[in-house]
Amino acid sequence: MKMESSNTIEPITMAQFMPQVIRFKMDGWRVVQICAARLPEGYELSYSFAKSYDMRTLRLTVATDETVPSITQMYPGAFLQENETAELFGVKIESIQADYHDKLYRIARPTPFKEKG
Amino acid sequence: MAKRSIVPFGPQHPVLPEPVHLDLVLEDEVVVEAVPSIGFVHRGLEKLVETKDFKEYVYIAERVCGICSFGHGLGYCQTVEKIMNVEVPPRARYLRTIWMEMSRVHSHLLWLGLLADAMGFESLFMESWKLREKILDMFDATTGGRVIFSVNCIGGVLKDMDDAMLKAITDTCAEMEKELKPIARAFLRDLTVGSRLHGLGVLSAEQANLMGAVGPMLRASGVAYDTRLLGYAAYDELELEPVTAAEGDSFARCEVRIKEIGQSFDLIRQAAAKIPAGPIAVPVKGFPQGEYFTRIEQPRGEAIYYVKANGTKFIDRFRLRTPTTSNIPPMLDMLKGCQLADVPLLILTIDPCISCTER
Repeated sequence: MKMESSNTIEPITMAQFMPQVIRFKMDGWRVVQICAARLPEGYELSYSFAKSYDMRTLRLTVATDETVPSITQMYPGAFLQENETAELFGVKIESIQADYHDKLYRIARPTPFKEKG
Repeated sequence: MAKRSIVPFGPQHPVLPEPVHLDLVLEDEVVVEAVPSIGFVHRGLEKLVETKDFKEYVYIAERVCGICSFGHGLGYCQTVEKIMNVEVPPRARYLRTIWMEMSRVHSHLLWLGLLADAMGFESLFMESWKLREKILDMFDATTGGRVIFSVNCIGGVLKDMDDAMLKAITDTCAEMEKELKPIARAFLRDLTVGSRLHGLGVLSAEQANLMGAVGPMLRASGVAYDTRLLGYAAYDELELEPVTAAEGDSFARCEVRIKEIGQSFDLIRQAAAKIPAGPIAVPVKGFPQGEYFTRIEQPRGEAIYYVKANGTKFIDRFRLRTPTTSNIPPMLDMLKGCQLADVPLLILTIDPCISCTER
């Protein structure tokens, strides 16, 4: 048995990002995954949302020193994944509802995922 | 206003197999807020992908957790196979399904034992784990391992099961189904179990969706969402209906897991009956380039695997979003308003896996 489903990655600009998250929230999508990947001059942030069996991932490209707004105002359950992204990669995420200020994991050195290897 | 006090819970606690700490803000005996603190077992396993050959990394993915081990290997392999357009042979897809469902039975029985232990039902705990032992023996017989099997590989699986083995598995499942009945009866009909679980930690369907609950926790709130219906492995060729319950309380979560054990036995039987002959793996040449998100249904719920590959043997980024990562926020929500004495049981009903969560 198999349900119809989709799985897409959609690039989005910072200006479009929060309005799209609000639209997702209004339309009943749930946030299922947040992650960062390193780029030579910054980060690639992926925010995945799901509704029924469809999944859409918003792809935000940010510079190393750019600040990203937290989505915990709309999706309070996202605080763990946002804290993890901030702590491991050093992504600057603003106004996380429960901000651990890089103390989520008890790691020996700051932002261990920021550099390759 | 009642006097507020803060009671530390964990990281070492009799109901917690793994370390997690909560600061419980209480008004008298009632929890008004719970502040979690994790990070006791973070190992940075995702980062190891940058320095390990992408084929060898399967063994690390399987070591993220001892309970969801097979599923983590499967999720990682499926993601890389999708990026490399590798067509896994049908027999390998069925074998993966059988091992995945055996893992679900093993995980749910382990959880039932822990729940019984948390309530002080020692004999029920031992009965549950005695039954679980049979699944571990089947893992041993089919893979050579009881916890970490290392049978997944990019392109298929490393070990096959002959007809005699498949028959032995379905026979054992039939025996276990009989032996599960009195255990299930104790959990679902005993008055003391009912009085501890009914009405405890109620999570509505709306709240479960908003807070991101997954797996049995989401289905116990009445949401019929099960990622096996995406049709990975051989699930697209098997009959499967998500198990749900309407109440959204701790009892409903227990009921869903017990019914899912029966569902797993049924899926193993279906897979053993339909498994086609043929090779169990295809050779994989070259290196992956591209990215993909995969979802699979681990025993604790939906897990998401992300791989970003650059065309070399080292992968750029591997990300694993585990079910417990999604189930902690709704758990914190459910703790508000519960009695201090019920906190251990309520935490246990989300079946937390901290080893997976911290990776």
